[in-house]
Amino acid sequence: MGKHGILGKIGPHIVLLLLSAVFITPLLWMLSTALKTNRQIFVFPPEIIPNPVIWENFVDIFFYAPFHIYFQNTVFIVVLNVIGATFSSAMVAYGFARLRAPGREILFILVLSTMMLPYMVWMIPLYVVFVRLGWINTFYPLIVPAFFGNPLFIFLLRQFLLGIPTELEDAAKIDGCSYIGIFTRIMLPLIKPALTTVALFTFMNTWNDFLGPILYLQTPNNYTLAVGLQVFLTQHTADWALLMAASSLVIAPVIVVFFFAQKQFIKGIVLTGIKI
Amino acid sequence: MRKHSSMWKSETAAFYFFISPWIIGFLAFTALPIFSSFYLSFTRYNISRPPVGIGLGNYAELLGDTLFSTSLYNTVYYAVFFVPLGIVLAFGLALLLNQKVAGLAVYRTVFYLPSIVPVVANAILWLWLLNPQWGLINMGLRFFGIDGPRWLGSMEWAKPAIILMSLWTVGPMVIIYLAGLQGVPQQLYEAAEVDGASKLRSFFSITLPMMTPTIFFTLITGLIGAFQIFTQAYVMTGGGPVNSTLFYVLYIFRNAFNYLRMGYASSMAWILFIIILVLTLVQFRISKRWVFYG
Repeated sequence: MGKHGILGKIGPHIVLLLLSAVFITPLLWMLSTALKTNRQIFVFPPEIIPNPVIWENFVDIFFYAPFHIYFQNTVFIVVLNVIGATFSSAMVAYGFARLRAPGREILFILVLSTMMLPYMVWMIPLYVVFVRLGWINTFYPLIVPAFFGNPLFIFLLRQFLLGIPTELEDAAKIDGCSYIGIFTRIMLPLIKPALTTVALFTFMNTWNDFLGPILYLQTPNNYTLAVGLQVFLTQHTADWALLMAASSLVIAPVIVVFFFAQKQFIKGIVLTGIKI
Repeated sequence: MRKHSSMWKSETAAFYFFISPWIIGFLAFTALPIFSSFYLSFTRYNISRPPVGIGLGNYAELLGDTLFSTSLYNTVYYAVFFVPLGIVLAFGLALLLNQKVAGLAVYRTVFYLPSIVPVVANAILWLWLLNPQWGLINMGLRFFGIDGPRWLGSMEWAKPAIILMSLWTVGPMVIIYLAGLQGVPQQLYEAAEVDGASKLRSFFSITLPMMTPTIFFTLITGLIGAFQIFTQAYVMTGGGPVNSTLFYVLYIFRNAFNYLRMGYASSMAWILFIIILVLTLVQFRISKRWVFYG
């Protein structure tokens, strides 16, 4: 028993330790490369901890490309997406969860079924529409659609709203509170955790979005970090230290946000089963 | 009675008021584009001139387009390997995490972290890791005396390389499985233990059947996602070498936005939709035989 028991206890730990090392190594390696000169990079066996540590790459990338402008553009688009997607999805979710009306069930099925469609099906005509509107090389195509509710978030928030007892609403109605009042004063405060999850997912999705920006943004002044980084890659194909420094810079805000809001993330994934 | 009916009306009005953003968005950004895409798939269209109807011309051309079949093959190859491997890896990790190990939160974070890395940064990082000469992977292999392949530079290894990097981002699936495992009623295991069932037996008779709905769910969403792989190939290989990573959506993208063959690209998008729909329906059919809803 004894020997087997100890192995049974430690076994999973050892396997987990090894696997975690495999999973974390690429990120550490990125950082390590970003802190080296080209001379330190091309050696075998590799230096794990750079000696000396070189910080210049993080300064140099700004000489080669206006990452601060990409950063501003990204933040601008992200903030408007977070506001738009969170508020509009909450509104729609409230309608579906708490208000009875003819046609509600069939419309909700429609909401769910749009999640199944491959994005390429509407991407092409939508591009044509945005060309016609003269929205190419503006932020509009990347911002406006966010204000019309996101099916997945509508689904998630509806689940939350369904769980709120009706007594609160009834009392408010007797007091003469309008539906808008019920929504803003009772429902929104009650689903704050879910709203945070939606805001976080929107932040991640928008920060990481590549297909939208690569289609619609054409001049460097308008690039987001994702596009700027891709263009930077095409101009510095073998400058691994610079590339890793630039990549670390793009990743850093996401990781910071993730560490502050881990719980909400995990909860959101479990509830919706989505992968971002 | 009057009062009641007017209240009902106002609730209906309120409902439509609250869902109006979705209705407008659905019409403008989903329904209208879907109908036009369907229409465009029967036309020749390059944006600058009005669409010209050509009937089933695009679909007929696809049949003879070798790049179309190549891109379909590459995508199926990716999905067939990545989805099952991803499920097995994520399930294994979740099982390990479910052993009530100390430091669960730390492990969970470590496994999840790669999946939040923005996809362009991820692609650049893996270009470096997979570098045949100085990449970490081949240096590691060299340490063991193995001469690593040229990965993204080789026709045979480019797809496996992209599968490998996709496996690195299974974190969310691990979380989904872990939640599923924690939802399996503890009494079942206790009862099995009383009956003298071994750990292995419990796994196959309790854990696995109870997890089949979750596995089914990840299989469906995983396949839908795998068929739409795009950014990695766009950033890392541009479809090469010799079209070995020309995935389906990348080929749609090329036709639509590089060659401005909007009609042709639309017909490809519709075929993709039909493939995904059929795959999903078939899986729902088959699922009756293996998914257990207790």
